[in-house]
Amino acid sequence: MSDTAERVKKIVVEHLGVEADKVTEDASFIDDLGADSLDIVELVMAFEEEFGVEIPDDAAEKISTVADAIKYIEENKG
Amino acid sequence: MRRVVVTGMGLVTPLGGDVETTWSNILAGRSGAAPITRFDASEHKCRIACEVKPADHEFGFDASKRVDHKIQRQVDPFIVYGIDAAGQALEHAGLTEMSEAERLRAGCSIGAGIGGLPGIESESLVLANKGPGRVSPHFVHGRLINLVSGQVSIKYGLMGPNHAVVTACSTGAHSIGDAARMIKDDDADVMLAGGAESTICPIGIAGFAQARALSTAFNDEPQRASRPYDKARDGFVMGEGAGVVVLEEYERAKARGATIYAEVIGYGLSGDAYHVTAPHPEGSGAFRSMEMALRKSGLSPADIDYINAHGTSTPLGDELELGAVRRLFGDAISGVSMSSTKSAIGHLLGGAGAVESIFCILAMRDQIVPPTLNLDDPSDGCEGVDLVPHKAKKREVRAVLNNSFGFGGTNASLIMRKPED
Repeated sequence: MSDTAERVKKIVVEHLGVEADKVTEDASFIDDLGADSLDIVELVMAFEEEFGVEIPDDAAEKISTVADAIKYIEENKG
Repeated sequence: MRRVVVTGMGLVTPLGGDVETTWSNILAGRSGAAPITRFDASEHKCRIACEVKPADHEFGFDASKRVDHKIQRQVDPFIVYGIDAAGQALEHAGLTEMSEAERLRAGCSIGAGIGGLPGIESESLVLANKGPGRVSPHFVHGRLINLVSGQVSIKYGLMGPNHAVVTACSTGAHSIGDAARMIKDDDADVMLAGGAESTICPIGIAGFAQARALSTAFNDEPQRASRPYDKARDGFVMGEGAGVVVLEEYERAKARGATIYAEVIGYGLSGDAYHVTAPHPEGSGAFRSMEMALRKSGLSPADIDYINAHGTSTPLGDELELGAVRRLFGDAISGVSMSSTKSAIGHLLGGAGAVESIFCILAMRDQIVPPTLNLDDPSDGCEGVDLVPHKAKKREVRAVLNNSFGFGGTNASLIMRKPED
């Protein structure tokens, strides 16, 4: 697993209070991990802080799975 | 007329994460006061508080028992304390598994005096230092006062009245009184009622200290700082926590065979119409609040055996309350015991009236009255009143009076009696 994936999963576990083994790459934040829309806003903020990236609202709306988040960060981090 | 009884209780206090731990520590004369650990208070005039202790402490509180990890992260501590105390009360009453029809008739009235001050403070710093894009999306609903009632209703599916009182340090007593009326008025059959507070943060301690409300003379001896009625008192010690009771319509409680701990029989309210922080110099608001509760209860002063005083340990307030009690009770004052449990757990602000109502109920259950700690040298004017100094006292307790008074000159009094055998 990439360093980015590890760090993303750690943030998701911490913010959503879910078991680490449930945070698979194809897990949907809303359908599988119990997040609501505000939780996703908070997760996106945490990713921005952790990776020094900016995730604009239109990009954030397209992040629905763990893999989506990892992919966006890998492609956009400085 | 519909009668209202108490069938469940829950507490989170500086002396315990539940009712029985707190009560046994209160009766043992323990104090929850200590140097502030939540933040570096070294620059503050007041450096002590009665904090709720962490889970690994002997009297600690384990938030993870009843509050989801995610919610713990999103909301201020007063909401966490309130959710837990409400859950305890429902479990105690045996009402965690109500039908939909029952839940449509069950509501919440859990308030706070101030609300999420620690979170308002910390997110303001985020706004100032990192900009608006870093403010938490949970900022607003994690700090709002009515979000204890909101969270509890969601967690337990309670679809009846959803109410939250905000009357500073009278909140807990008003919450119970208002909820009892909702049951009397047939708005609900079951109400979770009480108060929660947690404002032990830099702006909270500084704000109350600047208002000259906090004790500052006992920073090196925290357990001696809260000393209601004592000549050396110099302000209150801030506490935190929550108290929630289950109020239930009497016939319903009886029909399901619930244990009834007390009946709420009198509720009085008044305004001082005098000053924002100082009590009325003749204690007239306190007097009228108690008088109304007494009139509603149908009791006479001689029927009341215990008063849990507002008694915050501020120089002005304690004797004014005592004077008002003296005028209301007349000769019956010699038969009553009156103590301030704020001497042990500090002042829980919006939680105080609810936590102290629970102590009143336990006093009736166990026929023992809790002590006023640190009452070494009573002020002039305290003669002839049993203020229960230092040690709990076994005695008959048939009916109780609980007083709460708040900034703005808001007063609430509750009278409860032992259930009939």
